[in-house]
Amino acid sequence: MKNDALFEYCLRLGDTSLILSQRLGEWCGHGPILEEDIALTNISLDLLGQARSFLTYAGETEGKGRNEDDLAFFRDEREFRNFLLAEQPNGDFGVTLLRQFLICTQQYFLYQELSNSKDSSLSALAARSFKETTYHLRHCSGWVQRLATGTEESRQRMLDALDSLWRYTGDMFDTDELEKGLIKSGIAPDTDLIRKKWDTRVREVFSEASLSIPENVFQITGSRQGRHTEHLGHLLAEMQVVPRSYPGAVW
Amino acid sequence: MKNLTEQEREKKFQERIDRGEIIEPKDWMPERYRSQLIRMMSQHAHSEIVGMLPEGNWITRAPSLKRKAVLLAKVQDEGGHGLYIYSGTETLNISREELVGEFLSGKAKYSSIFNYPTLTWADIGAIGWLVDGAAIVNQTALAKCSYGPYARAMVRICKEENFHHKQGYEILATLMKGTEGQKAMAQDAVNRWWWPSLMMFGPSDKDSPNSAELMRWKVKRFSNDDLRQRFIDRTVPQADNIGIKIPDPMLKFNETTSHYEYGPINWEEFYNVIKGNGICNRERMKARRAAHTDGRWVREAAEAYAKKQTAKGIEA
Ligand SMILES: [Fe+2]
Ligand SMILES: [Fe+2]
Repeated sequence: MKNDALFEYCLRLGDTSLILSQRLGEWCGHGPILEEDIALTNISLDLLGQARSFLTYAGETEGKGRNEDDLAFFRDEREFRNFLLAEQPNGDFGVTLLRQFLICTQQYFLYQELSNSKDSSLSALAARSFKETTYHLRHCSGWVQRLATGTEESRQRMLDALDSLWRYTGDMFDTDELEKGLIKSGIAPDTDLIRKKWDTRVREVFSEASLSIPENVFQITGSRQGRHTEHLGHLLAEMQVVPRSYPGAVW
Repeated sequence: MKNLTEQEREKKFQERIDRGEIIEPKDWMPERYRSQLIRMMSQHAHSEIVGMLPEGNWITRAPSLKRKAVLLAKVQDEGGHGLYIYSGTETLNISREELVGEFLSGKAKYSSIFNYPTLTWADIGAIGWLVDGAAIVNQTALAKCSYGPYARAMVRICKEENFHHKQGYEILATLMKGTEGQKAMAQDAVNRWWWPSLMMFGPSDKDSPNSAELMRWKVKRFSNDDLRQRFIDRTVPQADNIGIKIPDPMLKFNETTSHYEYGPINWEEFYNVIKGNGICNRERMKARRAAHTDGRWVREAAEAYAKKQTAKGIEA
């Protein structure tokens, strides 16, 4: 039972990084500035590395011989556990950067706490990911500030981005019995704690960027149960097409 | 050097070149040397950037997570090469904005090879193996060119291109060990990419107007045909190793010269693609222009923010 829960938990971690990496990969070659094109690809690569580690570990805890590629390419939409926020389309550069900022702030505090996990594999993976995320967070916070206070147009675009993304932030802190069990046994960090830290940091960055937290926004959740927005199916269709077209092939 | 005539200066410059000296940004150079280098280097930089598009086309569809990571890193490297060569070009007193402007307006060219489409995953293998392979041959020669910043950029870039070449070859080798479908995919990709790769070296030097001058200045060190031959000689055995057939019925090894002889290249196709009639010319320019236009508000915001910070006395 414990391994089932651990498997599920690793999928949650791995899938968010995987799907977000996939989204950022769409930018490659199309960024607004060459330096930023390279930076986004860098973050995409780090996230992909995290996804591979968490999915590999998920496969090990499951014990059915599935590896990272089996889990990435041969699961269907309803089996994916990534945050709804991660699968949202790139939109303009402002949407991408705000989405990145909101998720990597969560990842930053999650990895920080998870590096004290009683599960030594998870704690090691989290410690490594924490270092990478520290850089991502600094990078994204800088851009939130720049875009929100740069020009009138960029500010308006950030307000629009905030309006379209905020309703998916609650999903990142949705807890269920499974997670509560892992928290109790010291494997997963307390979601409420992460939420508080996330909230404080987002408020800090927003206040420097003269953005206010949207109030009373209905929060759409469901990623814990694999209930996604329509966007994920298309993303997966593209991502999975080659391995599924050539069953049993080695690449 | 104050009282020297233009002619005397050029003579001294040529003597330096002949002695094998390296020209640095602060050195005097003929205006034509400068403009030729700007043309070549910027064309090279634009090619690195446009080259991100055909390969970027497969990032979201790479068939394993490891391949995806390798491809992401590769395309990112190409962006880095572009950045690095743009900086090298800026030593010739021209800004990146101007260079990019000339590219977006269609005035400056980029390598024609990137106007071919990437149709299957095997194309990513073929590009790494053939296109990066051809680039290595070209760039290894350029690493010995007379302009210091360009030569040094080439040394650094070639190291990464060698990785790309190996990774591409490895993709094809894996496919050739796979299912019949995978083998067919690999062969088909090589069939499509072989001839365009040979065209990357350009037409015979007797048909290329700039060659004599560039050779005299040691910007070019080898003829297009020599470089093409070098590429073919090193590539054909690699194809044999993994069971790939080179799509040239006239290809054969000449024992006397120790070189491969090859069939005629369809230069009509080459000039056609240069003229804009390749399958992807329009898409490539459209994508780059869109990135530029869609990114304008971001660049403006960054600039405005930086100004406000400076006004506040803070480093942005
Ligand atoms: Fe390159
Ligand atoms: Fe390359």
